[in-house]
Amino acid sequence: MNAALSFLQRVDKERYAAFVALAILTVVSALLSPFFLQWQNLLNIIRQVSYTGIIALGMTFVIVSGGIDLSVGSMAAFVGCLAILVLNGSFEAGWPEGTAVAAAVACAMFAGLACGLANGLLVTKGKIAPFIVTLGTMALFRSLSLYMANAGEFRSASSLFGELGSSAPLGIPLPAFILVGLAAALAFIFGRTRYGRYTRAVGSNSRVALYSAIDVDTTRLAAYTVTGAMVGVSSVLISMRFNSVGSSTLGVNYELDAIAAVIIGGTSMSGGRGTVWGTVVGAITLGVINNMLNMVGISPYLQGTVKGLVIIGAVFIQRQRQ
Amino acid sequence: MTPPLFRVRRLRKEFAGNAVLRDVDAEIRRGEILGLIGENGAGKSTFMKILSGIYEPTSGTLELEGRPIAFDSPSDARRAGVSIVPQEFNLAKDLSVEENVFLGAELLKLRRVLDRTGMRVRTAQLLAELGANVSPQDRIEGLSAAQKQLVEVCKALAFDASLLILDEPTTMLTRREIDRLFALMRSLKARGMALVYVSHKLAEVKAICDRVMVLKDGELVREAPIAEIEPPEMARCMVGRELREIFPPKRKAVGPVVLEVRGLSSPGAFTDVSFTVREGEILGFAGLVGAGRTQIAEALMGLRPSSGVVRVGGKEARARDAKQAVRQGFGYLSEDRQGSGILTGFGIAENMTLVSLRDYASLPFVIDRDKEVAKARTWRDRFGIKASNLAAPLESLSGGNQQKVFLAKTLDPGPRVVMVDEPTRGVDVAAKQEIYRFLAELAAKGAAVVLISSELEEIIGMCDRVVVMREGRIVGELEGNHVEEREIMYMATGLRTGANA
Ligand SMILES: Nc1ncnc2c1ncn2[C@@H]1O[C@H](COP(=O)(O)OP(=O)(O)OP(=O)(O)O)[C@@H](O)[C@H]1O
Ligand SMILES: [Mg+2]
Repeated sequence: MNAALSFLQRVDKERYAAFVALAILTVVSALLSPFFLQWQNLLNIIRQVSYTGIIALGMTFVIVSGGIDLSVGSMAAFVGCLAILVLNGSFEAGWPEGTAVAAAVACAMFAGLACGLANGLLVTKGKIAPFIVTLGTMALFRSLSLYMANAGEFRSASSLFGELGSSAPLGIPLPAFILVGLAAALAFIFGRTRYGRYTRAVGSNSRVALYSAIDVDTTRLAAYTVTGAMVGVSSVLISMRFNSVGSSTLGVNYELDAIAAVIIGGTSMSGGRGTVWGTVVGAITLGVINNMLNMVGISPYLQGTVKGLVIIGAVFIQRQRQ
Repeated sequence: MTPPLFRVRRLRKEFAGNAVLRDVDAEIRRGEILGLIGENGAGKSTFMKILSGIYEPTSGTLELEGRPIAFDSPSDARRAGVSIVPQEFNLAKDLSVEENVFLGAELLKLRRVLDRTGMRVRTAQLLAELGANVSPQDRIEGLSAAQKQLVEVCKALAFDASLLILDEPTTMLTRREIDRLFALMRSLKARGMALVYVSHKLAEVKAICDRVMVLKDGELVREAPIAEIEPPEMARCMVGRELREIFPPKRKAVGPVVLEVRGLSSPGAFTDVSFTVREGEILGFAGLVGAGRTQIAEALMGLRPSSGVVRVGGKEARARDAKQAVRQGFGYLSEDRQGSGILTGFGIAENMTLVSLRDYASLPFVIDRDKEVAKARTWRDRFGIKASNLAAPLESLSGGNQQKVFLAKTLDPGPRVVMVDEPTRGVDVAAKQEIYRFLAELAAKGAAVVLISSELEEIIGMCDRVVVMREGRIVGELEGNHVEEREIMYMATGLRTGANA
């Protein structure tokens, strides 16, 4: 353990620590269970982590810019409810099934974007602390979904919708494709474009950013909006998966998993530093841990304990490296 | 003979294998002010950080009154009687001045309860001794950089130390505050305290120190009693070559007016300010700390609300925000390098292009890294920035080198109106010369330069015309031969007013 720790401290800072941790975890899991490395099991892990992983991609931008978004889970439920309503509504109105599904997806994207924008505007123009804004909207989105569904669930009337959710082009689950595609796109934006640079600048010292003629408000607003869009994507995928939306169950604790993925991935909670691929690794790490605990038969009630320890451990190691 | 207060033997410090201090032997004596000078990155701050327990030496020993000692932490060093005014401010910005002054060493009564009155009284007393125009209850957040510097000094003085280290404590201060500080240092010395004074202001070193040590590339290259060494000789030891004529020749600007400011006011900061700067001109702004010079620059940069008329090249140019100001051709080097200037976690190249990033985008948004690094390299060579590589985070650079990066960042967009506020803060003589030349060159190429400085020597050496401010108003303007120290000080302190051209 000590050897592993000191090894972790020597590898190049933010960049590879998360990868190394995941590699070690994978080896340990493979030793503990012969089933772990089976293709089907690995695909399963990837699928499971995709939903919160996609949200965590957006969360990376928010946290790096110096903020936080607690509302993502409730927002996913809210957006999902809207999407199913649009799906069923347009389907029943006689639209072709494909068009209805497209409408639902568009609705989810748009609604997610709008919700994120609302969070961002409250933070930047309203000058309210991100924690408070999103704590508020977290309650608000959940309550609206409960109200719409009367605390029950919305079932989709389209079977195509559900089929898409379990589709696996080239044998790889659709959500995994989307996770990797979005991660690649956002990693590029984060690492190579002006906007990515500005996000880090704003998060590391917003006053310096202001004096450097950077539009601080727009930069932060964009981070929340991107996160909203990611919630839209994730929400559609998970609704497809179950072909329904449970207003009280969908997205519960997603905010915690997303934030945990970002932090395990090496992003600094105080802003300014982080990587998108680190977040993907963080999300997969959480998935691997769950999977391993299931396979060795540890009570699901204890899994939270392990997750908690991993989060604290990740931050502890970051501290040591500074 | 009693041993010296501190003795270091073969002190060595390496960062990731790079030796920054190479086997330094030195002693620090009671009742003496030791001057420590050297180029940017010579290792002065590193040395002082070891003495004050911030860094651990790689090898070598420390002796306190003849006994070996090792500090595990700054508080450890503090208990042993070492107090430091660090080069970079280290204040909690949400706390008040008095809370900062006694942070970690609060005065107590009845053992557990904070002695608030005691701390307030003591802080007020120290502030008054330094002539600081600050109240103990002010929050750090709202203070100017010079005021923060004075608070740092108070913090170091607040408890009884046997060694007081001052790492470039006067970079932001004007003559009056410096005189007070020096008086205070002399009285501490008379009481038997040992003091170390690190500075690039060699005339001040000559005035206040009893002995001088020169560091070059981490080695002690010269040590002499003050009587035996003059500032030119100090400079020569530091940079290893002869330095003549720090200031480039002055030119009288005859070009058209580039910047015109008429009746500019900003509530609570300055009132009814009018001035012009011509093409090719370097206009000086003199005044005491708090006279409102910085605020004018901030207003022109769109960083604080203002009313009045601002024109650049005849066109209306009062900016709403910094982005607009940059587009209109303004460039601003703020006085507060850490607070509003550089990102300490960012690399050198990333810092330099922060304002001008638009110019490095190949596709509309994608940054062309090669172009960025190439440009950063030219800046590094131009200003002689000492750093292992261009991706090194700024926190690993010495203070003076950080300042050079900041200057490059400000100038990279190629502004038409360049406003520099304490541009040579903490840079060594050789780099100062280079920066002055560069500013003069910029002006010669047609920029209008506004130089705000508390170093009168700098203003007098660089400017053909000087505006003097007091309490938020312009109280006079000097030109040509009238630009000299006494005149400026008379106006700045209110002993005389009026134009004198
Ligand atoms: N934390 C660090 N990590 C790596 N290198 C460092 C670190 N701190 C300082 N250095 C390097 O050590 C050298 C000496 O730095 P130091 O701050 O002691 O210089 P200095 O003499 O105080 O210069 P200045 O006059 O600019 O303040 C510099 O080259 C600097 O880059
Ligand atoms: Mg220094």
